[in-house]
Amino acid sequence: MTARITITPRKTVLDPQGRAVTGSLHALGFAEAADVRIGRFIEIRLDPPPRGGASEARERVDRMCRELLANPLIEDYRFEIES
Amino acid sequence: MKVAVVVFPGSNCDHDAYWSYRHLIGVETVFAWHKEADLHGADAVVLPGGFSYGDYLRCGAIASRSPVMRAVSEFARRGGPVIGICNGFQILCESGLLPGALLRNRDLRFLCRDVYLRCESNASPFTRRLERGQTIRAHIAHGEGNYFADEQTLARLEGDGRVAFRYVSPQGGDEPEWNVNGSARAIAGVLNEGKNVLGLMPHPERMDEAILGCTDGLAILEGVLGGRRAAAGAGA
Repeated sequence: MTARITITPRKTVLDPQGRAVTGSLHALGFAEAADVRIGRFIEIRLDPPPRGGASEARERVDRMCRELLANPLIEDYRFEIES
Repeated sequence: MKVAVVVFPGSNCDHDAYWSYRHLIGVETVFAWHKEADLHGADAVVLPGGFSYGDYLRCGAIASRSPVMRAVSEFARRGGPVIGICNGFQILCESGLLPGALLRNRDLRFLCRDVYLRCESNASPFTRRLERGQTIRAHIAHGEGNYFADEQTLARLEGDGRVAFRYVSPQGGDEPEWNVNGSARAIAGVLNEGKNVLGLMPHPERMDEAILGCTDGLAILEGVLGGRRAAAGAGA
């Protein structure tokens, strides 16, 4: 079982890296790149997979995000579980 | 008086802090290893600068979950003085002992330079030897020192006198160009509710003896010895 987690800066947080990349995309002619947000991607192999299946995995991965992987003050997270 | 300097893998200002307390100020100083939830009976704790755990995930995130931080949290809750310098400030924010977070510098550059700080509150063990409104010189070296907190938190910090230091001009003015990393309200250092925990990005231990060209930082480090002002509650 694998968890794939995407973490991005919250909308209320200025993302200077994203802003610099937006400018660079514009310079290359991609005017439609209106707003770039740069975050991180985390993949976790769950072994052994939780006995409670995907629902328990979701609950535990959510806790991993809240307790360590994301800082809720400045970041949003979302994830998917693949069996 | 005994001071504990916490050592994480990647701390690189731990020996500077040790030197300041042991040899300049002249108090018993010990190192506390991150894997042990033991502060060796210290009366004050330093979380030094550096790149704990290689800044992996987020600056200070992994260090803030290490065993020694359980002891530091407990020590802080009982009112013990804790100073977090640079990476130590990031660790204090990640551990929840201080509010807010430290983001990438506004201009994305690592900044290694002198700055000027105005003391905004002397009601803490680390600022009681300074005058409120006093401007001091300090040194910064960080890539993630851009202080962030939501508006509500910032208003509460200001209202409770918990902004310890602000980046200002050499004359103590609020010109925005001296807020070099883009921090919210030019905040360089904050205090916890009990005012016994201080986090700040600048390094007082880099400006505390004549050979370093400036001794302004000494007053901050020496504050734990007491003196001039009463502890929390007095002053601003």
